[in-house]
Amino acid sequence: MKELLILAVVTFFTLVTYYLVEPFAHSQMHKHFESDGFAYKDLPAVTKKGDASRGKDLVSACIGCHGIEVAGFQAPMDAVSAAATFGVNPPDLSNAGVVFDEKFLANLIKNPAHALMVEHKFDPAKGQMHPMSEYYATGDDKEQEVADIVAYLRSIAVKQEELTPKMAFETACGRCHAVNYGNWTQIGEKPKFKKKQDELAFETQLLDYQDYLAKYMGTLPPDLSMYIRSRGEHYIETFIENPQNYLKGTAMPRVGVSAESAEKVIEHLKDVGDSKRHERETVGKYVMIYMLIFAIFAILWKKEVWRDLH
Amino acid sequence: MAHFTKAKSLHDWLNQRLAIDTLRRVLATEYWIPKNINFLWAMGMVLAITFALLLVSGIFLLMYYQPNVDLAFDSVNYTIMQEVGYGWLWRHIHGVAASVVFLIIYIHMFTGIYYGSYKKGREMIWISGMLLFVAFSAEAFSGYMLPWGQMSYWAGMVITNLFSMGGLQLDGLVEWIRGDYIPAQAFLNRFFMLHVLLIPLAIIGLIVLHFGALRIPHVNNQDGEEIDFEAEAAKYKAGNKKESKVIAFVNDFMSKDMMVVSIYLIFFFYLVFYHYDFAMDPVNFDPADGLKTPTHIYPEWYFLWSYEILRPFSTNVGLIAFAFAQVIFFLLPFLDRSPNAVPASRRGLFKYWFWAMLIDMIILTGMGKLPPEGIFSTIGLYAALLFIGLWIVLPFITKFEKKV
Repeated sequence: MKELLILAVVTFFTLVTYYLVEPFAHSQMHKHFESDGFAYKDLPAVTKKGDASRGKDLVSACIGCHGIEVAGFQAPMDAVSAAATFGVNPPDLSNAGVVFDEKFLANLIKNPAHALMVEHKFDPAKGQMHPMSEYYATGDDKEQEVADIVAYLRSIAVKQEELTPKMAFETACGRCHAVNYGNWTQIGEKPKFKKKQDELAFETQLLDYQDYLAKYMGTLPPDLSMYIRSRGEHYIETFIENPQNYLKGTAMPRVGVSAESAEKVIEHLKDVGDSKRHERETVGKYVMIYMLIFAIFAILWKKEVWRDLH
Repeated sequence: MAHFTKAKSLHDWLNQRLAIDTLRRVLATEYWIPKNINFLWAMGMVLAITFALLLVSGIFLLMYYQPNVDLAFDSVNYTIMQEVGYGWLWRHIHGVAASVVFLIIYIHMFTGIYYGSYKKGREMIWISGMLLFVAFSAEAFSGYMLPWGQMSYWAGMVITNLFSMGGLQLDGLVEWIRGDYIPAQAFLNRFFMLHVLLIPLAIIGLIVLHFGALRIPHVNNQDGEEIDFEAEAAKYKAGNKKESKVIAFVNDFMSKDMMVVSIYLIFFFYLVFYHYDFAMDPVNFDPADGLKTPTHIYPEWYFLWSYEILRPFSTNVGLIAFAFAQVIFFLLPFLDRSPNAVPASRRGLFKYWFWAMLIDMIILTGMGKLPPEGIFSTIGLYAALLFIGLWIVLPFITKFEKKV
């Protein structure tokens, strides 16, 4: 019984130390935010019911800058030229309807800088125009037209269950962030090259793109390969929901992903930064079972040996 | 030359050449340990097992690690963690063991302090143990440089800066240690060498010394009782195992050790698979960037108490206090003037000294990680002063301790 008391004392002081250096220290060092479930409460709800067939005609307003590959619209410019013009390559809209939240999309079309939370960077009064212009209605019901465009984008996108983590990541994050461990660059997946010249040409393009991007954002957005370990799931989730939470004044826009897509983006970061997590769980279970059996035998052995000693 | 006969068996053949029976008797079956001990006496074996885990996992990691500033981070976080079969397992074992080994070392040290196991001929056990603590600290620090993450880089910067000795401004010494003006390739290479060769060699040598130092004074027991080992051993060998106050290292002591080890390993592997984050700081998963200082720079938890003794003072005073904290534990056997080699609970004021020291070091550890602002800074300052004060009063309170 004395041994149990000693064990209790040792455990107590160990846990106090652990509490101080881990949960307590981190609670003091880092701001903590809770997720709103990607509700985007600050944005007004969509009041009109959209009609995809009307939206199909209205997207002509978008394809001057955006590609919509599934609908047969190629992007008007390659990634590097687009970045030279806009600072960043505008996304292909094929899956925008599923990756981004419906309400967010509608508000984005109406007022990009506001929905993206980058009004501190783009103030029309000072002549700082956001590269994506506000939608100008062709008729007199702008709300209805915006709803129609959103409905169209949702109609052409893949279904939520067909959207892979990788697709979600590429559409939402991939034009600014590279993921070296996933072989992803801001201008797409890095192909295997047969000729050194081709590889150098690709890298030149990438460096050009990164230069334009860095100028646009103020700094080159970081590679996200290990973010699942360096920031953790909770931080990433609450960060993409509202980047201004942690980094007041950051140039990173609120990208407006839906709750389901946010989960997929995080899943993708796990796939590239913690790809052995499933194996870890399986092996962990077996090792724990092994250690328990080992402990039973060790205890029996001790009892056997000490029977003669007491 | 000794006389050799034709061997009757492999055992006999080896015995004639290596005296394995004698070795076994001297090192195992007739190496006497007191019977009156608790599970804290198994911490030595727990440490040996943890060191073995570090060594084996380290060997596997060494096969893929690249000591190059451009490749190190990816070789750890991509090659080892994601490409090499079970590389993640070896890394997590290595990282968790590096942290847990210090927890056990601290338990082992405070056990020694509580039971007075550094007195009456056991001084060399204590001193060799403290040398091991220093060697493990150097090993942990040099190993922390290797993934070449943000915390590796900036901890390397901050700690090597200490060698400028504040007001002495020995910048030349700092450059000599780094091999460069800042931590760079030369720095990484030498810490790699230290981590995988020189310090492990020192550790292995010191472990041998530590074990050797136990031989003559013998292991202490729970009541600080002086045991006549020869008489008690004779009882044991005569078959009076129940009356004898000693047990054999093998199998008696070993079976109890292995029982404790087996329970420890459940805890250890739980951490490895389900709770490894505490041992691997998130900041170090950002690659080293000499242009971007992390918001908070702090050492691993096991260095926090001495870091906090450095921090609350001005540079020069802080360095002196820090140096004091590094060496003072070595002097424990000589600063404790009491003749009593019994548990702290029976030692008058020393009882309070022990708990005050333990709690003070935990407070220092907690404050060492927090930003040095406001109330935390004040608590840290007083805890550091208390630490120094406790050591100053130690010779006086022990000198007047009543003999038990």
